[in-house]
Amino acid sequence: MSAPPDSPRPLDGVRVIELSSEMGAMAGKLLADMGADVILVEPPGGDPTRDYPPFLDDEPGPDRSLFWWHYQTSKRGVTLDLDQDDDRERFRRLVASADVLLECERPGRPADLGIDFPQLAELRPELIMASVTAFGRNSPSRHEQFTDLTLLAGGGPAWSTGYDDHSLPPVRGGGNQGYNTACHYAVMSILTALLHREVSGRGQHIDVSAYAANNVTTEMASYTWLVQQGTVQRQTGRHAMEQPSLPSQLACADGRWVTTGFPPRHPRELRWLYDWIVELGAEVEFPEAIFLKQGAERSEPLDIQLIGEDDEVTAIFSASREGLVLVASKVSAYEFFERTQKAGISTGVIYSPEEALQDDQFQARGFPVEVHHPELDRSFTYPGAPYKFGRTPWRITRRAPRLGEHQHEVFADLEPAPAD
Amino acid sequence: MPSRALEHIRICDFTGQLAGAGSTKWMAAFGAEVIRIEDPVMRGTWDVLRMMPPFVDERRGPDMGGGFNNHNVEKLGVTLNLRTDKGKEILAEIVRRSDAVCENFAYGVMERWGFGYERLKQLRPDIVYVSNCGFGHSGPYHEYKTWGPIVQAMSGLTFTSGLPEQAPAGWGYSYMDHTGAYYMAIVHRARTGEGQWVDMACTEAGLTLNGPALLDYTVNGRPMRREGQPHSNRNLWPPMAPHGIYPARGEDRWLAVACRSDAEWSALAAEIGSEAAADPGWSRLADRLARQDELDDLVSQWTRGLDDFETYARLQKVGVPAAPVRRPQERVDQDPDTQAWGLWPEVEHSKMGRVRVDGLPVHLSETDWEIRRGGPCVGEHTEQVLTELLGMSGDEIAGLREEGVV
Repeated sequence: MSAPPDSPRPLDGVRVIELSSEMGAMAGKLLADMGADVILVEPPGGDPTRDYPPFLDDEPGPDRSLFWWHYQTSKRGVTLDLDQDDDRERFRRLVASADVLLECERPGRPADLGIDFPQLAELRPELIMASVTAFGRNSPSRHEQFTDLTLLAGGGPAWSTGYDDHSLPPVRGGGNQGYNTACHYAVMSILTALLHREVSGRGQHIDVSAYAANNVTTEMASYTWLVQQGTVQRQTGRHAMEQPSLPSQLACADGRWVTTGFPPRHPRELRWLYDWIVELGAEVEFPEAIFLKQGAERSEPLDIQLIGEDDEVTAIFSASREGLVLVASKVSAYEFFERTQKAGISTGVIYSPEEALQDDQFQARGFPVEVHHPELDRSFTYPGAPYKFGRTPWRITRRAPRLGEHQHEVFADLEPAPAD
Repeated sequence: MPSRALEHIRICDFTGQLAGAGSTKWMAAFGAEVIRIEDPVMRGTWDVLRMMPPFVDERRGPDMGGGFNNHNVEKLGVTLNLRTDKGKEILAEIVRRSDAVCENFAYGVMERWGFGYERLKQLRPDIVYVSNCGFGHSGPYHEYKTWGPIVQAMSGLTFTSGLPEQAPAGWGYSYMDHTGAYYMAIVHRARTGEGQWVDMACTEAGLTLNGPALLDYTVNGRPMRREGQPHSNRNLWPPMAPHGIYPARGEDRWLAVACRSDAEWSALAAEIGSEAAADPGWSRLADRLARQDELDDLVSQWTRGLDDFETYARLQKVGVPAAPVRRPQERVDQDPDTQAWGLWPEVEHSKMGRVRVDGLPVHLSETDWEIRRGGPCVGEHTEQVLTELLGMSGDEIAGLREEGVV
């Protein structure tokens, strides 16, 4: 259910020049899939991420990296050697035709090449230049070596993520989320500058720090320290907190896990859980079911303040938690999810990414989209829209560019440089 | 001087918690007028963060929640009882004067109040309406309820964070709640004058964050649910070894190290300085990948006796990417980088006094953000907004108070 190929998009007519990079590629994709004409500038041999696995049919090749395919959709591609004078001149002409320059170069390099904001703004006063760097351009740590892992470890997310058992290391979530986080903020700041330009006509420079981005993407960890000098502690599958919270993940009969929240405590819900246990023929192995029955006959929901003080409330609450563990162990994760949600109890299946893609909800909303690769004469299923716009929908207009694919058309369209 | 970047934009804001309120915070920090509409009867506690820790002192109540303050700086707070006709009329007037309406209620709440998209459009044809909930407003699960951990579970993010032979580790916070790119709709409106409805489902935004893993499945048929996966402290694309979070000296101290090349490995091996590390059998990436468990043991044995911050500095000096797993205090109070950035601005809150909050990770050269005013107390700006925006008199407002409308 992809959007019609001619539907308008929010960033139609906005031209973005992106210097290729692993860290900033997601920002370019977010802009390109919403209509910006993103021209990706690669070094002559191609961007290093073209060599990242996984590859189509597991065979390496510059146009076969699925990592590349994902992050470069809807962009056009050219190659330029910015260390060469004439290519730098071409680059300047390209920027003079653009609204936005997105770059993740090492701090200092754009200035060394004479293509930093002051020089480029002279050519194009409306230019918005976003520099996404690991620590910010003027930071004391700006020359540090980094990867997605070290940003997530140093910047806060890893401290909050992992297991109740602290002999296991903190965990860095997969999928380059440290870079993705920086890219989301980069896009929001570019849009902010575009909105300002609509009114003022003026461009500006944007300094984006991936390290700072991760520091302010930790929910409670930072502000628990800021407000009450408290230190949150990581817990298996749930928010890091100062005080431990109850375990939330349950193992199901099919080997999958579900995540749950507060166990049933309303009489109606306790009855529902009791009935489910009976239906599974499990009340014999679970004598505590009797407490669920007691809870079902009460006139009021359990008062959670009384847990640990009132024996009956404590027993019912405990049976409610243990009852969920029991039913989870006897049904599939999906069945657990569907049946609890239908009873008004919030839970979720811990899907692997491919399982989510195949789920009814994602299918019904048209999330998976087909992208054609003309040279292979094949189409492949890609992850689709991160958000549904009523009038100007998200759309992948083309698969990732092959090396130098749009060199001719891009430069043929530019005005020749004025003679001296 | 307050930021002028978005001073021409007004948001009618029903959002709460982090998923909603965090995204309108951005706009408020850039000078947009963000008017929070809250229920006077419940004293705004639909947003549970109003009542929740952290707290600056022993005081409690809907104006004292530290998380609420963090996500609602620079916004205005108005109370409006939408159970009353007069309350609905006033809301209609605010919508007529707004560029966008944002909310993150469960499905159907705005409709029940009589302010679904069709009605909003009648009030203001070019309105941008952003609804944000876990499963969006269509599909078989649209009536199911979610929060951060459920969204992350359903979108694959929980699964892809963890160690082998263990339960999923997930994320120690609501990662998905932190960004909202619906901004694009406001840009489109600024450029064309057209409004629209953005139906945001957090689960979909979340699933886009594991793109290469999805393509490996749809193109090559290789699922992420397979033997040995996830092992997310390692790196699949591109493979690196060593690449992990290793124990350091002291309780719960850890050091992240990644070698992107054979040269970086030799530099690390020289620092380790043991015979085992010098073994030429480790010099090629393919060999290190083949014996990665053994390699991790070798690195762990070395790091275990060392100070995390000293070793990080030492490895950076020889060009090896490394970082300590910083605790909140170390990032906030002891980090020259976040200090130099001005990442933790101090706001003045009407009841809490001066308190520090999360700033923004960007700096704009012409129209940078500014965060000075704390989150609004319940109804703190009702009078100001009704007077300045709607031109009501003091008597009229007193009457509304009497009737329980505000």
